[in-house]
Amino acid sequence: MDSETLIRFAVYGVIVFVAFNALIIASAILVLAERKVMGFMQQRYGPYLVGFHGSLQPFADILKLLFKEELTPKGADRILFTLAPMLSVVAAFTAFATVPFGAQTTLFGLLKEPLNLGISDVNVGVLVVFAVTSMGVYGIVLAGWSSNSKYSLFGGLRASAQMISYELSYATALAAVILLANSLSLREVVDSQAGTWFGFISKWYIFLQPVGFIIYMIAGIAETNRAPFDFPEAEQELVAGYNTEYSSVRFALFPQAEYINMVTMSGVATSLYLGGWQGLLPFYTPLDPLIQQYGLGWMVFIAKVSGILFFYIWMRWTLPRYRYDQLMAFGWKALFPLSVINLLVTAAGVLYFNG
Amino acid sequence: MVETIAFYTFAGMAILASALVIGQRNPMYSVMLLIASFGALAGLYIGLDAPFAAVTQIIVYAGAIMVLFLFVVMLLNAPQEDTEHDVRMHPFAGPGPMRFGALLALGLAAELGWALTRTPSEAGSFAVTPVSSVAAIGRSLFTEYAFAFEVTSILILVAMVGAVVLARREEPR
Repeated sequence: MDSETLIRFAVYGVIVFVAFNALIIASAILVLAERKVMGFMQQRYGPYLVGFHGSLQPFADILKLLFKEELTPKGADRILFTLAPMLSVVAAFTAFATVPFGAQTTLFGLLKEPLNLGISDVNVGVLVVFAVTSMGVYGIVLAGWSSNSKYSLFGGLRASAQMISYELSYATALAAVILLANSLSLREVVDSQAGTWFGFISKWYIFLQPVGFIIYMIAGIAETNRAPFDFPEAEQELVAGYNTEYSSVRFALFPQAEYINMVTMSGVATSLYLGGWQGLLPFYTPLDPLIQQYGLGWMVFIAKVSGILFFYIWMRWTLPRYRYDQLMAFGWKALFPLSVINLLVTAAGVLYFNG
Repeated sequence: MVETIAFYTFAGMAILASALVIGQRNPMYSVMLLIASFGALAGLYIGLDAPFAAVTQIIVYAGAIMVLFLFVVMLLNAPQEDTEHDVRMHPFAGPGPMRFGALLALGLAAELGWALTRTPSEAGSFAVTPVSSVAAIGRSLFTEYAFAFEVTSILILVAMVGAVVLARREEPR
């Protein structure tokens, strides 16, 4: 094995390590951001005491949870009760594996062959994300069933019905972008968004797929069980839904999985609609060539993901929760037909202009 | 070398999980083990250089169909299968449907034995170049296998309409 191969292995190891820990830290930051943003929206400060302006609050929360007693309800299915949070969090981490977060780089001349910034570049990447996120529902459903509590069971039932219903619209919205990019690999989808139209509009698919983007965002919120679609844990009706009976670390894994899923969802949205690491703003800026030249695309990616995450939090504290029948009616009677029409129109357009 | 190890790992997992599916008394565990078996099958597909088939296997079977199975099992809330006889010891002593099931299992076992022991007559009956790209699969689906594809979709539609008709509540006259 020559030194080039060794360095490549080492660099891949570092990338995986950094991405994994970045996801963990991202979930901690998101907890804080959620409480801070909520505080400002409700004209109060939010957490303020631990660290500078409450910046260490998530770590205090995690410490507190670690030292809590782990309770297992009587009559719970012990194996599945422990397995459920693990499934949730493993699915959340795995789904991020195919999201590319930067352009090819040689690490300032360290490598002869350029290396992809991203954990893996599968040629069916979009579908892998979709498949792995659809595995995440088992964590919630099993948590609901194995707790041996009626609130948990209802949370689990709602989660499975909701996620199956919105997966359809989600996948159909994705399919339209795949048609435009003519590739299932997330990296190639991002690459095809390089450059500008007429020299000043960034070539993002959001301009070709505005309806698809809205469908994707709505279905994404429903898929990650966020307000206004947080029925699996609707606190007024179900105490805390599927995680009612959980405590300590096993409880902490559920919110963590939810926040990591949000990051993945935003990462995929960025790659599919907002040009990934290409183009800082919707219009051309003189910064764009500089960013690509110095290999700072990953910062652009993080900035866009943060923007979408802020949007998620903003939605949560702005919109009231739907009713469950409204959710189902909206998903099947409005969102799904709309996404099918969007797909058909896109297909016709691609045939007309490219075929 | 790596491929051989991966094949035996995934094949072993698939067989073990499938065997455990029928061995469970709790249907919830059966469902979970079936999902594990599907996952191992997807691994085998990747070994065959068919990532699209692998991902479709996960999305359709493990992601959608098994969630519905789980849904039904949860609603029935049947932690134990209630059986009057110990059918695992005496499959033919059970009631009618079980005897039929045992017959089916016997037939399947005989078929498996035949398939494993026969010598392949035509070694090259499959296409030599693997159809692994999504575009190639799509093209053959809509040209060569277009009839089978359309017939399948009509069959699924009929099944769906049938399910809706059967599940519909009787209208009060």
